[in-house]
Amino acid sequence: MIAADHPDRRSARLLVVEADGSIRNLPRAALAALFGPADLIVANDAATLPASLAGIRTATGQPVEIRLAGWVSAADPTRFAAIAFGAGDYRMRTEDRPSPPALSPGDCLQLGPLKAVVERVLDHPRLVELRFTGDPQALLAGIARHGRPIQYAHVPEPLALWDVWTAIAAEPVSFEPPSAGFALDWHTLANWRQRGAGFMTLTHAAGISSTGDPVLDQRLPFDEPYHIPDTTAAAVFRAKSQGRRIIAIGTTVVRALEAAAKPDGGVHAGMGLASGRIGRETRLSVVDAILTGVHQPGESHFELLRAFAGDTQLDRISATLDRNGYRAHEFGDSMLLERWRPALPRESDRARSALSISA
Amino acid sequence: MQRKKATDLRELRVAITGGTSGLGLALVHLLTARGACVAFVARTASAVERTAAETGAYGIVGDVARKTDIYPIAMQIAGTLGGLDVLVNNASSLGPVPLALLADTECEELEAALAVNLVGAFRLTKALFGALAASARDRRGALVINISSDAAVNAYPGWGAYGASKAALAHMTAIWDEEAKDHGVRFLAVDPGDMDTPLHALAVPDADTSTLKHPNTAAAEIIGKMLAALPIAVEERTGAEA
Repeated sequence: MIAADHPDRRSARLLVVEADGSIRNLPRAALAALFGPADLIVANDAATLPASLAGIRTATGQPVEIRLAGWVSAADPTRFAAIAFGAGDYRMRTEDRPSPPALSPGDCLQLGPLKAVVERVLDHPRLVELRFTGDPQALLAGIARHGRPIQYAHVPEPLALWDVWTAIAAEPVSFEPPSAGFALDWHTLANWRQRGAGFMTLTHAAGISSTGDPVLDQRLPFDEPYHIPDTTAAAVFRAKSQGRRIIAIGTTVVRALEAAAKPDGGVHAGMGLASGRIGRETRLSVVDAILTGVHQPGESHFELLRAFAGDTQLDRISATLDRNGYRAHEFGDSMLLERWRPALPRESDRARSALSISA
Repeated sequence: MQRKKATDLRELRVAITGGTSGLGLALVHLLTARGACVAFVARTASAVERTAAETGAYGIVGDVARKTDIYPIAMQIAGTLGGLDVLVNNASSLGPVPLALLADTECEELEAALAVNLVGAFRLTKALFGALAASARDRRGALVINISSDAAVNAYPGWGAYGASKAALAHMTAIWDEEAKDHGVRFLAVDPGDMDTPLHALAVPDADTSTLKHPNTAAAEIIGKMLAALPIAVEERTGAEA
């Protein structure tokens, strides 16, 4: 399902699905010319931690790989939800990896220069909560030096941090890259500015998106903390009140903006926690369109698209993506999906943007 | 993910490379004394620990000339400071020591000077450009100060590797300033003048140090330029109780 071809962002493609359901195939470079004064683009500027830490269970010396998967508390940078794996590395498909050593509360792990204690084993043997010993600065330095980006078998070369930071990456709080942002570069942003499109960011700590374990994957995404700057909240409110479109770059932006939505069409500024899934039952109140990667039915990223389009429309989109060989991994191609509004003429529809239509 | 308004120097987030000696050390001292949040980078762990203990700044061990060190450094800067307002690319390499005529300079010595003075500054700035642009969008301002030299302008015999690398850095700074203006990130090349520093002593061992500027003087001048280039006025940043 996931193409194993080498990432090549310059030759990437873009499927554009308009609000009336019409579909166009474009080179992704065309993104620079798609937006104008009627649009506010909001992206996630979180940088990605190298969240895969190799080490041992201290008491027995058994090998373990810890993938930091989410923050236990936004206020405590030493505690993490984590997924444990046994021997091997990303080259082996997650599904084929041996189980991790049995872990119990109080167990110590030595992860390179870092020491961690298992605080809780959650309701799945791979899923634990860890607390790192030592101060947060030493922890950050240890992760920076010892950690590797989380990666999957479809990219054979080991990824470096520069592969997983988007061009706009700022504060390192994500566990996996907010990969829709790989479509952005500074040339595109400069073009948007010249064309009068707005561009703002929020910071959403994207958690792990896949574990290879279907039972665990059911629980994803975990609750994710986000921060919306005052300037971004003000821009969203202005745009909504002027009937402009809000374009979310990636599912994390949809989660954050919809979690922060206010009844007046704006969003709360500041810290928040995005919990729960967005799906077919969700009535979007802020976001009008999403730029996203190409995802497969069943993945939480794909299920989120059901808030934007009905099953028939999504089936048609998936068929088009398949037929045209769009690449479905995090370094692959992109899709711009506008919220499905079949019967309404576009301008009057925009004026009614607080309404949501589930197709 | 804490955010505060940068209304005084106490909330200014500054990163400085080459922070354990000379001008970089003076900048770390002065900025921390004025309450700024400072992270600094240097190669030697013991020197980093000493400067961190003396100043309370965040010390990061790393070598900007090593490609694989850049992102771990950038991650620690953006992570500890919670973003970044000002990056000072100060770490510098003379190239051959003692200084040598170009015809006597090994290719590797020229490459070493370029690796620190030009490519290192480029890489670290690129890795932190997202953080700087985020600060600009947040109306805090964003600034990159690249430490240049009069050797970047004047043709001093013996200063070929250093002068050529600093000239390239100064020109890159000017171009990047044009390109990044629209995103709110400003670039400034600053020539601090001849200072009484370990680097100068390596270059000119028999210099009369009484004729050289004290690095604290140069650091204070640079902080003045830094605050002038940021959108929020100095009086507001320092709190000026007005």
